[in-house]
Amino acid sequence: MTETRVPPPESSLPEHSASSPSLTARLRSLTPARVGLGRTGVSLQTRDLLDFQRAHARARDAVHARLDAASLASALGGITGCAVLRLHSAVPDRTRYLQRPDLGRILDAASRDLLANAGAGPWDLALLVADGLSALAVERHAIPLLEELLPRLAGWRLAPVCVVEQGRVAIGDEVGAVLHAQLSLVLIGERPGLSSPDSLGAYITWQPHPGRTDAERNCISNIRAEGLNYAQAAAQLGYYLAEARSRQLTGVGLKEDSNLLSEG
Amino acid sequence: MSFAHSLGNVRYTFASLRELLARATPLRSGDMLAGLAAQSAEERVAAQFALADLPLTHFLSEQVVPYEEDEVTRLIMDTHDATAFAPVRSFTVGELRDWLLSDDATAGRLAALAPGLTPEMAAAVSKLMRVQDLIAAAAKIRVVTRFRTSVGLPGRLSTRLQPNHPTDDAAGIAASILDGLLLGSGDAVIGINPAGDNVAVTTRLLRLIDTVRERFQIPTQSCVLAHVTTLMAALEAGAPVDLIFQSIAGTEAANRGFGINLALLAEAYEAGRSLHRGALCADGCVGDHFMYFETGQGSALSANAHHDVDQQTLEARAYAVARRFRPMLVNTVVGFIGPEYLYDGKQIARAGLEDHFCGKLLGLPMGCDVCYTNHAEADQDDMDTLLTLLGTAGVNYIMGVPGADDVMLNYQSTSFHDALYLRRILGLRPAPEFEAWLQGDHFQRLALEADRPERLLPA
Repeated sequence: MTETRVPPPESSLPEHSASSPSLTARLRSLTPARVGLGRTGVSLQTRDLLDFQRAHARARDAVHARLDAASLASALGGITGCAVLRLHSAVPDRTRYLQRPDLGRILDAASRDLLANAGAGPWDLALLVADGLSALAVERHAIPLLEELLPRLAGWRLAPVCVVEQGRVAIGDEVGAVLHAQLSLVLIGERPGLSSPDSLGAYITWQPHPGRTDAERNCISNIRAEGLNYAQAAAQLGYYLAEARSRQLTGVGLKEDSNLLSEG
Repeated sequence: MSFAHSLGNVRYTFASLRELLARATPLRSGDMLAGLAAQSAEERVAAQFALADLPLTHFLSEQVVPYEEDEVTRLIMDTHDATAFAPVRSFTVGELRDWLLSDDATAGRLAALAPGLTPEMAAAVSKLMRVQDLIAAAAKIRVVTRFRTSVGLPGRLSTRLQPNHPTDDAAGIAASILDGLLLGSGDAVIGINPAGDNVAVTTRLLRLIDTVRERFQIPTQSCVLAHVTTLMAALEAGAPVDLIFQSIAGTEAANRGFGINLALLAEAYEAGRSLHRGALCADGCVGDHFMYFETGQGSALSANAHHDVDQQTLEARAYAVARRFRPMLVNTVVGFIGPEYLYDGKQIARAGLEDHFCGKLLGLPMGCDVCYTNHAEADQDDMDTLLTLLGTAGVNYIMGVPGADDVMLNYQSTSFHDALYLRRILGLRPAPEFEAWLQGDHFQRLALEADRPERLLPA
């Protein structure tokens, strides 16, 4: 052991939350970070420890939650008036999903058959809703977001709507290609953060086909109550979709011309 | 060249050094995703037997990524120090492991050996080592670097104070800096990951840290972890740049994915050399290390730039890039990349210890971002385990994030409290310059003024 000639360094540290509860509140008002946590010895106090565990538990549960695909399909049929297809990626379960992103980007055999008989387009837009890393995000936000978005898509020819279990973003490429859709819109649960277990992402891809890269898509993320609200998200999506259709591209090229939007 | 080893009446063959290294690697999801992992547990051990018998000199004649195609390979081969290599030249990989763990391998001999080892040799020997071996060997190696603090001294543990904010809000970042300083964090660097990578944001954040640092006479250094080209532009525009940061990887193609190459890093290094912002440190040396690199297993595969080489060997190759530029700080961000590369707490822990060992063996001032994402099979218990093991292994620094929750990058790292725990339980202290500051008047003044964090902001 190192011989200690000076007191351990933490002895000079102020017990800041204990001596000044107002400081904790003040720090907390300035940032969503977990600032101002007190100490017992040098360790976290019980309440703060459990708050963290609760946040992590929520995020973990969101990652492992199973999408209620039947209910979602029925709700999607109701608001879109379209046929709804229930598809599944080539990943059999969540454990494999987390380790094999490549298999989450392609359909299983049964889904391919189903899709092949779905009546190919041409369609203006293929709409997919996939669980991704948070089924919770999809269940909370997909329908209310679409309720805001669909009125902006009057006159668009919508392909049969697809609900995809164990899906990744790029599965929209295979689906969009088989359906002969000009554009795909994938609504998908994002990786849960500690304070955001239900964040929804939306990805738009022009002429989707296997091999498209992320640089060729446009993405809107953090759609949730504490983040981007439904009206804001729908406005941005409506803008991107209309621009993508008129300019016949998505990705970096479209984003660079859309800076006015983000500044507005 | 092909390799073989028989176990019982089964003969396992390996077509190349690249394949042998991959098959010998302890199980991890990234190598399975790449289709490189051993097909069975016994095949893995057979590969380890074959690797153990491989002479180290073989690594000088067979490259895992072709010399002609990859500037990292060329860097490794062209800078290999044959004189430093001489003491272990006759060894096999297995004999190197035995020697590293022997009492013959003293701190001085290990330091002298570093330029004689290639990253592939370091990776190879680590694949034959258990967790306790990775700790025992690394604990003998001290790599000390200096800027305004001395990081890596025996009996010391430093922290990077990481005060990130989702929108780079100055008051929010100041609140996290203040919180960290009050808990004794920040002696390796105060380093912000910006949400926006541009010169204006970078300059604003550098000024923010610099104002706090000067006002309270804090012996530490600042960094905004923007792209190296952003930092160079900020530097050009007169921003107070202490450390120059860049993420790096182990192949030329993966580095291209990061928007860098060796020439660009050399340019950044030259730009930094002219700054002379380091200070007189506790031992009388003026600090002159100023590069900061982050790495992590899986980055090459995620950029589809892995050349069918396993992720741990590629990680070690990133250290060849790092050591070229005499870095102040290098850390692996071990659990950030996600479960498709490191699936669970066990894989993350082993990878963190491998990275620390290989980095130290190659002469780098290794720290570690002990971390995980919410889709990995890991939790705080796993982080406590890795944190404690890295402390015993002599890690130079860890991260300090308020409550371990990074609200900008959305992952969990180590908290200010975690560092205090590790210092207390292992009898470790902060960098000497920072320790003196914590016990002095400037720190007391900071504590008194803490009630009004907005006063930390630049005018």
